Amino acid sequence: MKKLLTTMVAAAACYAGVATAAEIKPAVVYDMGGRFDRSFNQGAYNGAEKYKADKGTEYRDFEIQNDSQREQAMRNFARRGMSPIVAIGFSQASALEKVAKEFPETKFTIIDMVVDLPNVQSVVFKEHEGSFLVGILAAMASETGKVGFIGGMDIPLIRKFACGYVQGVKYANPNAEIFQNMTGTTGAAWNDPVKGGELAKSQFDRGADVVYHAAGGTGVGVLQAAADAGKLGIGVDSNQNALHPGSVLTSMLKRVDVAVYEAFEDAANDTWKPGVSVLGLAEGGVDWARDENNDKLITDDMKAAVAKATEEITSGSLAVHDYMSDSACPM
Amino acid sequence: MNDTVQLPRWIDVGVLPVINLLLALAVSGLVVLAIGESPSEVVEILLYGAFGYEEAWGYTLYYTTNFIFTGLAFAVAFHCGLFNIGAEGQAYVGGLGVILAALYLDFLPFPIMMIVAILAATAFGAAWAYIPAYLQARRGSHVVITTIMFNFIASSLMVYLLVNVLRPQGSMNPESKQIAEHLRLPFIHDMAASLGIEIARSPLNLSFVYALICSVLVWLFIWHTRWGYAIRTVGANAVAATYAGIEPGRYIIMAMMISGALSSFMALNEVMGVQHRLLIDFTAGYGFVGIAVALMGRNHPFGIFLSALLFGMLYQGGAELSFEIPTISNDMVVVIQGLVILFTGAMEHMFRPRVTKIYMAWHLRRHGQEAA
Amino acid sequence: MSDTIHQMHGAGETGAVQPAIELRGIDKRFGAVHANKSIDLRVEKGTIHGIVGENGAGKSTLMSILYGFYQADGGTIHVDGKLCVIKGSEDAIALGIGMVHQHFMLVETFTVLENVILGVEGGAVLRAGVDRAREELKRLEREYALDVNPDAIVGELSVGAQQRVEILKALYRGAEILILDEPTGVLTPQEADHLFRILETLKEQGKTVVLITHKLREIMAATDNVSVMRQGEMVAHRKTAETSPEEISELMVGRKVLLHIEKGEAAPAAIVLEVDNLCVDTLQGVRKVKNASFTVRAGEIVGIAGVSGNGQSELLEALGGIRPVTEGQVLFNGQDVTPGHGVDAAELRHRGVAHVPEDRHRMAMVTGFSAKEAAILGYEDDPAYQKGIFLNWHAIADATEHMMSEFDVRPNDPNLKAANFSGGNQQKLVLAREMMRDPELLLVGQPTRGVDIGAIEFIHKRIVAMRDAGKAVLLVSVELDEIMSLADRILVMCNGSIIGEVAAADANERVLGLMMAGVAPNEAKSAEGHHV
Repeated sequence: MKKLLTTMVAAAACYAGVATAAEIKPAVVYDMGGRFDRSFNQGAYNGAEKYKADKGTEYRDFEIQNDSQREQAMRNFARRGMSPIVAIGFSQASALEKVAKEFPETKFTIIDMVVDLPNVQSVVFKEHEGSFLVGILAAMASETGKVGFIGGMDIPLIRKFACGYVQGVKYANPNAEIFQNMTGTTGAAWNDPVKGGELAKSQFDRGADVVYHAAGGTGVGVLQAAADAGKLGIGVDSNQNALHPGSVLTSMLKRVDVAVYEAFEDAANDTWKPGVSVLGLAEGGVDWARDENNDKLITDDMKAAVAKATEEITSGSLAVHDYMSDSACPM
Repeated sequence: MNDTVQLPRWIDVGVLPVINLLLALAVSGLVVLAIGESPSEVVEILLYGAFGYEEAWGYTLYYTTNFIFTGLAFAVAFHCGLFNIGAEGQAYVGGLGVILAALYLDFLPFPIMMIVAILAATAFGAAWAYIPAYLQARRGSHVVITTIMFNFIASSLMVYLLVNVLRPQGSMNPESKQIAEHLRLPFIHDMAASLGIEIARSPLNLSFVYALICSVLVWLFIWHTRWGYAIRTVGANAVAATYAGIEPGRYIIMAMMISGALSSFMALNEVMGVQHRLLIDFTAGYGFVGIAVALMGRNHPFGIFLSALLFGMLYQGGAELSFEIPTISNDMVVVIQGLVILFTGAMEHMFRPRVTKIYMAWHLRRHGQEAA
Repeated sequence: MSDTIHQMHGAGETGAVQPAIELRGIDKRFGAVHANKSIDLRVEKGTIHGIVGENGAGKSTLMSILYGFYQADGGTIHVDGKLCVIKGSEDAIALGIGMVHQHFMLVETFTVLENVILGVEGGAVLRAGVDRAREELKRLEREYALDVNPDAIVGELSVGAQQRVEILKALYRGAEILILDEPTGVLTPQEADHLFRILETLKEQGKTVVLITHKLREIMAATDNVSVMRQGEMVAHRKTAETSPEEISELMVGRKVLLHIEKGEAAPAAIVLEVDNLCVDTLQGVRKVKNASFTVRAGEIVGIAGVSGNGQSELLEALGGIRPVTEGQVLFNGQDVTPGHGVDAAELRHRGVAHVPEDRHRMAMVTGFSAKEAAILGYEDDPAYQKGIFLNWHAIADATEHMMSEFDVRPNDPNLKAANFSGGNQQKLVLAREMMRDPELLLVGQPTRGVDIGAIEFIHKRIVAMRDAGKAVLLVSVELDEIMSLADRILVMCNGSIIGEVAAADANERVLGLMMAGVAPNEAKSAEGHHV
């Protein structure tokens, strides 16, 4: 045991020696879904990988298995002198709060949640703005004047998506009808493609012909159902246009990858600042996806309408209501 | 066929488990080799991660605490001939008892709250176990079927409560409010600090001590009280129990309720000790692992302690492993854990005939020499 | 019945040249126990060969080696003159050896046919094999007069019929040599009779039968040759015709045993147990005990005779407070103790009713328990065994040791697992537990089933001693010898009813046998008269 211990200590020391040579030693702690969830966590992974490819900076990451490991992983990274430590997902907040207090010198970044500490940077997105844009596209693409929304877990964050979307649809077509469904009330709702597909079908049966999902893995079923029924789906978080070319109208991009990339980059450039950073349309934190897969689906009218709305929002002349500001949606 | 041969206890509880454990590690080593990592390094990291430094010990013993509770829970029911696979649900509902007490009786001072929380966990966990127990005892519905169904029911019930009742306004996560600071079970590192001893932070808390106390209590109860005697009689031979005037149904209900209460003590550790709030799915499969822990520990509290420690080691060392070696993913760690369960639990009798034979030969030779 | 046995007696001098089985120097140890010490045995073809010995003498071990359950540490086995290595029951079956165990190896929910073909279904498709098997079964059944319906559910058959299914199973697998381990332990005299007729037929057909038993009468009546074992050694081989029960029993125990119990006149006093119009139904609603009424007085032994399965077991269990009563009343010392009316087995014990059930493995003990644990079953709440809320294991161990020395239970070790005692010693421990409580009423079923001769004598003496101490004893036994030598009054049960009562002095095997078959007492006596 003693021999083992010394070997380990030696190994750790050796590791630390290598690490100091680098500019920064970033780390990522994913949420339960794991780094390959094709959605939120994977966005973070892509950002970290891109940074590694661009700058050659190694990073460490960890997928948690149970709730007590959140704290353990962050503390482990912090103790090894890793910084910044990027925690993905609102569930990390309470663990991060604890560890950030223990390691005031370490930089922490948390995505999708606000933690108010001097060494924590909180990154939240204006999902309602991105959803507003795809709402405009949905309303204009719809022939029936009926569109749908399918959320994952019924939480304020997803209602924020829904609310922005509804506002966008109504902006383009005040008479449009919108169906909304949530998949469930627990984390399982993020990963239930079968139910997602069924919800989409039921919306199609009621006349909808464009459906937007904000449901993580569940959304795979939504997009599949849309493709099968010859209707249109709208993807979320990362660019999902390529999943069913021609059947995915567009995707609402939430640039978690950008957030992670920037957190790393800012730390390296010494421009990392604690506090809340809200990434909206103006900051490039949310966007809608255009590529060869949906080229034919987007008419010039649509492009113009979206461009106009984008301009209005970034200039501040058009305010999209944020559900989370008052837990209510005006529409 | 060699039932008549009685192996000495040290082989039964010492040598056989060690052989099985080594075999499990050997097969795991092959798996590790197959993905191109060094098995010896993996074992080193696993052991170092579990026992190599103070914080590791803390985490290992924190997991051990959960496994002791669920292992004891399974063992008590097992002594009554019941295969209670409902520890998961019983612990979940027990957690409800703990959080309700802690949130709504938050004016109580800590020492009283500790007793109240134990009572609340007991009441909720035992009540949840009572229904399958009643159905088994009085209606003959098999407890394996009913307890697994009750896991599902508990899960749905708790989701409903967490989403609709316990979740504070505006919270994203379906989880309860935090327990007031003064009502949390003290962490061992805080307790040590107040005595002037500096040890690393870890989730290990006072409930570990309670788990050890429960182990002793279970041992006393099962082997040194007439109720434990009655429970063992029912478990071993229900007809003989009836003959002796021990009404099996009564003891089935008693054993199951004790089992439910023991499972729910896991919530003391998780809810009152570590997370300080009720999380969705906080039971995280500890209830099921408890089955393996109890079987491997031969349903004896001391054996359960040892196997709980082993599983605690696997959990903590496993986390460390996926931390240290990125190519060994969580799934790989689960594979290694699964192999250990398979060899030590499910296939524990594989080497028994061979070991018996070797022992007999050795015994005979020694015997012969003594005679000569 | 005795006529049949006498016919068989002496019929077996058909000595063949080649032995069916020959064992040479078989040696087997289990840890410190030397179960078989260099055993030699020669079983001639076409004979019935008895192996006798007390419990624990090594008979069953020897046969288990022959059947491949155990491997001998030394020695050789020759079947039909050929040296054989038998590694498992498959090897034994292939050599034409079949075995009928004391505890049947049958699937109770299967039919007879399904049980017989189990393991030899003959292909993946059951149908063809089943039809073939049915024909074969019918042939065997006719040939040996086995009298079993191939489509009956085994669990619903009587014990005797189940045993015949076991024999059928062995024959179906082509057994030429049939080993029967204590076959009559669970049988009624009539069933035993039937069994011996079957064995006789088997012998006539050229089969070889090895009969393991400790009942001298059966050995004398049914076998051609007999081998006696004692403490792991083969002590003698005899031709049955040339020996006597006295000689065999002396060889078995190494001393002379008293086969008859010396007991004085009973002195019945006050009524202790009064059973009035008792009816007992099974859970399925089958009436097992029909309007039973009788009394047992202090200072007398009342025996209940009857063919097994005629309601005695249910009656005994109901009186012991284990089985619910449908109708009627049970009074103990004038107080109502009818089961189900607030009185259960535990309450009966408190009031002074001790109960030794018929089936010790199933009911009287937990085989996984240590002797001291077994010794408090039913009395675990006795204040003498408590220390606060805990059990006082020291006191219990002392009490157990006392029981063991009083009833000569060997080895005298309260910590030994109950399963590691021989049957006789297990039974003595159960009897000690129940009888040393000094109960007012002793309910005792089959007190000597599966018990060796030395222990039988001892147990009988203790029961008589209880009577002489002024206690009431209700004895249920299917051993007529036992009933006749112990009981002061004999009640005979048939088909759930108490068909009549006979004073012990007037009883003989013939009268009781007829009554057990359902013939009313006076008719039975006159029928006997005609016969004589």
